[in-house]
Amino acid sequence: MITERFDAIVVGAGMSGNAAAYTMASQGMKVLQLERGEYPGSKNVQGAILYANMLEKIIPDFRDDAPLERHLVEQRLWVMDDTSHTGLHYRSEDFNEAKPNRYTIIRAQFDKWFSRKVREAGATVLCETTVTELVRDAKGKVVGVRTDRAGGEIFADVVILAEGVCGLLGTRAGLREMPKPKSVALAVKEMHFLPEEVIEQRFGLKAGEGCVIEAVGTISRNMAGLGFLYTNKESISLGIGCLVSDFAAMMESPHVVLDALKNHPSVRPLIAGSEVKEYAAHLIPEGGYKAIPQLFGDGWVVVGDAAQLNNAVHREGSNLAMTSGRIAAEAIMQVKSRKRPMTKQNLVLYKTMLEKSFVMKDLKKYKDMPALLHTSSQNFFTTYPRLMSHAAQSFVRVDGTPKLDKEKATTAAFVKARSRLGLVSDLVRLALAWR
Amino acid sequence: MTIAVSRIEEKLYQNRYLVDSGRPHIKVRAHSKPSTNLLALTRVCPAQCYELNDNGQVEITADGCMECGTCRLLCEASGEIEWNYPRGGFGVLFKFG
Repeated sequence: MITERFDAIVVGAGMSGNAAAYTMASQGMKVLQLERGEYPGSKNVQGAILYANMLEKIIPDFRDDAPLERHLVEQRLWVMDDTSHTGLHYRSEDFNEAKPNRYTIIRAQFDKWFSRKVREAGATVLCETTVTELVRDAKGKVVGVRTDRAGGEIFADVVILAEGVCGLLGTRAGLREMPKPKSVALAVKEMHFLPEEVIEQRFGLKAGEGCVIEAVGTISRNMAGLGFLYTNKESISLGIGCLVSDFAAMMESPHVVLDALKNHPSVRPLIAGSEVKEYAAHLIPEGGYKAIPQLFGDGWVVVGDAAQLNNAVHREGSNLAMTSGRIAAEAIMQVKSRKRPMTKQNLVLYKTMLEKSFVMKDLKKYKDMPALLHTSSQNFFTTYPRLMSHAAQSFVRVDGTPKLDKEKATTAAFVKARSRLGLVSDLVRLALAWR
Repeated sequence: MTIAVSRIEEKLYQNRYLVDSGRPHIKVRAHSKPSTNLLALTRVCPAQCYELNDNGQVEITADGCMECGTCRLLCEASGEIEWNYPRGGFGVLFKFG
């Protein structure tokens, strides 16, 4: 039974919850963080890439002891058909810098480290505790939480909902709607273990360097989706995510789609001989700016995936989560320092501050992208990748056909598949959505 | 090309779970004929927790559930399934995540 009262309760110990709890606790606020998993990270799944800049703003010297896998020196974007991939690769020695920009991480390990920092900062972290309900006063203000532990209610001035993409509390309390199947992706992934030096040989890496492959094309079987391969120190995270609505409409099984990706001739040699040690599934918010719910109210704010803060175009999620958690904490501390109550009227500050940050600016920039990619998914994820593969093969295969004829055939294939108007319209819509 | 598709059991076998015996966190409402979305769960659940029984009804065995929430998004609003998180400490325990 917890009888003490807290300045803030943070629900969830993922990226956003840890960022919020750390920021508040390190400034002397009395913080309780509740996590339903046995240990922080035990319910969390990510690719995963960590963006240093956003963590530096919370824990500047994180590189001293955070469990980091490899710093990334190479990014590959693949457009795939059934037998090929056409790639755009970017690799730079500039990424071998004193303070690298991006790292691969393993979330269960990283989250344990982050949680240790939260505890060292002075927060009380309670695991194996599922929050079942928000406690509200007669006027509807959130004043605490109810958990599945004996002892009933715990009270605080403000509750930070960092409960993840499928968060129950906020949706059940009517603070926000449940995300729509068309604005959420289901990703499945496996952890493939290989010796460190084998990974370095296969991807042409020096010790500590990492490589990322992200892939679109027929691998997502007409669904809007993205395949990914991230190199960790001695493992490879390999997975694929597609929209939930597409999975349901196509009646596809995620593990079958993943197995097909593993067996693709471009992927199979990269993971050959590996030992698989885990199979995970998780939802990813894909709705972008237009799917962002109400972010604050009387006695509460929502951060991270629960607030659908994910940049699907750049595949950035955890940094938006961390940043929203930090900004929510800073807003709450400002309200507190002015001795104001944690009302909707005062907590609007969180949204105002978030709008000034890259989080909302980036999501706003791409506000039309989800609708474009999700409604024309077959064109962008199957038709164009096929056309591109055929064009590339035609370009490199030498068979005595005059080059002019080859080019005409390639152009004709594009026109046949999408029509001239369709091609122009796809290009214009893409350009507009990108702008 | 031959595609080696592993059985879902082989995949789930890699994972760590602490099953809350006798207290499944997801339940399927009794029905005579499943809706399109409920039927879809027999394919789209990444742990293949949902199965059709001999009478053509959808049943769930939630032991291998990875708590992703896909079924919740598809079938909770219609009342076809009842979805909760497992009690604290129970359910999937990702080693890597």
